Amino acid sequence: MPVPTDVVRISDTVWEIPVSHKPGMLVPARIFATEKLLSDFDDGVFEQITNVATLPGIVGHACCMPDGHWGYGFPIGGLAAMDPDRGVISPGGIGFDINCGMRLCLTNLGYEEVKPRLRSLVDRIAGRVPAGVGVEGTVRASRDDFREAVEQGARWAVKRGYGWKEDLERTEEEGCLPGADASRVSEKAIDRGYRQIGTLGSGNHYLEIQVAKVENVFDRETAGAFGIVLPDQVVVMFHCGSRGFGHQVATDHLRVFLAAMRAKYRIHVPDRELACAPFLSPEGQDYFAAMKCAVNMSFVNRQVILHRIREVFSEIFGKDPKDLGMRQVYDVAHNTAKIERHVFEGKPRELLVHRKGATRAFGPGMPGLPEVYRKTGQPVILGGSMETGSYLLAGVDTGDRTFFTTAHGSGRAMSRTAARKRYRGRQLQEQMEERGIYVRTASWSGLAEEAGPAYKNIDDVVEATERAGLSRRVVRLLPMGNVKG
Amino acid sequence: MTSPYRYLEEIATADVAFEAWGATPEDTFLAAVDATLNTMVEDIGTVAPLERRVFSLAADSLDLLLFELLQELVYHKDAERLLLRIRDLRIEETGSGYCLHAEAIGETIDPGRHPLLADVKAVTLHRLVVERTPDGWHTIVVLDV
Repeated sequence: MPVPTDVVRISDTVWEIPVSHKPGMLVPARIFATEKLLSDFDDGVFEQITNVATLPGIVGHACCMPDGHWGYGFPIGGLAAMDPDRGVISPGGIGFDINCGMRLCLTNLGYEEVKPRLRSLVDRIAGRVPAGVGVEGTVRASRDDFREAVEQGARWAVKRGYGWKEDLERTEEEGCLPGADASRVSEKAIDRGYRQIGTLGSGNHYLEIQVAKVENVFDRETAGAFGIVLPDQVVVMFHCGSRGFGHQVATDHLRVFLAAMRAKYRIHVPDRELACAPFLSPEGQDYFAAMKCAVNMSFVNRQVILHRIREVFSEIFGKDPKDLGMRQVYDVAHNTAKIERHVFEGKPRELLVHRKGATRAFGPGMPGLPEVYRKTGQPVILGGSMETGSYLLAGVDTGDRTFFTTAHGSGRAMSRTAARKRYRGRQLQEQMEERGIYVRTASWSGLAEEAGPAYKNIDDVVEATERAGLSRRVVRLLPMGNVKG
Repeated sequence: MTSPYRYLEEIATADVAFEAWGATPEDTFLAAVDATLNTMVEDIGTVAPLERRVFSLAADSLDLLLFELLQELVYHKDAERLLLRIRDLRIEETGSGYCLHAEAIGETIDPGRHPLLADVKAVTLHRLVVERTPDGWHTIVVLDV
């Protein structure tokens, strides 16, 4: 795909598109990628990240991560920090699946102990964590319970026995964005959400049993601090979001923003999916309070799923989850907008940071990190394709160039339809099983869509984040068993 | 008869895009509804007409009216676990735009009888268009799955 001719090479992993690239750009766009990844980017990325650079109040650069690809309005992998006083908030900068994210849980089991029970584990988890179209969750909650849940976040689940108190410390924002206000959420969103707590979803959402092979530990000391201490230690990683609830919140406000943006605020954006409103306007604040509910719903969802995973391991191995060492490493969000404090142009500033398909990666010593990770930097969980593997990274000091943000996964390289034509779900399952990966799916065609080659090479993405100074490698994790949504 | 819609490969890398067509805006909307349902269910003929819902929707433009209609289907899929097709649909011009009255029929999701595919979670505005062509009407829709 053609890279715009006016791209300036800042370093071997940082590329800048100047404000002269298109009318209306307020800041330059920066793409963090190796030359190879850059040349493989789809055209949409360049178009979209330069559109983002036109949004009122944007500061620094409109950034795109190495796993970037075309999205709605913003590219996936997009980052935009706004001045909250004069800038906008845009649902397109957060994504429909608000607080889609990753969670990683340890075990003290080795590969050889888990291998003989892998099939039972995967089958039983698939039964306990519903996935696919129109499924209901395993937590009974009334509409009012649900309103409480979305205001309180993961704490709501832990109070009801779904998880441990320490899980909260090991979750971004401690599993709850304060200021979530359920009265700003439509009844339709509540209707879509209240029976979905504890569900995985579909598409690229999954739950994976993985192994940290000795040769894939890049930094033994940090890995140890993150809890990976045994040879061939087994861990569980999963990827899901706020389900129908978050999507309805995004849709409701997209509609409001679209109407208010032109008529009331006279803001013109190059793409309707970039619909936005001034952050401090009534529309902006309504969305922000509702979006926080969706962020919290997602933390609740992942908290309940973690609990189900612990239940299943406990049943299969006949031991308490605590005796199985099933501590949570961390939970990261990759579709959010948050007010954060950053040093910008030499001064500490509050900024509204939009991350869409991009992960917060706080460096060592930063406030907001739990004591246990104060020295190492924040654990960052990057999900790869179900065939190739995933990563556990750490935030670094040099992350300030992206407001401490890094990639979120491998990023798609092939369309779903193209993948479905090229691969067959059943065949793929057999091939993966031959390679020792047992996969369960809610949909055969859905499985085909997630075939490894449909994604960018995760090793390339991670290498680019490390060379660009956004995060560093700690452990590469290989899939053993997968429940695909 | 071939279905009056087809899926497009190169528009939405991570999601699903389709185009649909018909002689009138109403026919085109019906085709778009079936294309959306077909994104979730392999054989839409398996969805029996057991439940009925009535929609009255309004929007400033035809493309946003289609957005509202498809969004209703997504809503009922999650809120009531209903898979719906449209039996009867009427579009009228109003002073400020368009309104639509539709009767939807369908049934509760039953994975045993409905071979399920992807879960449509939102309708997007990306490249959304409803336009007149020399042969009738045409739309492009991108769904978030």
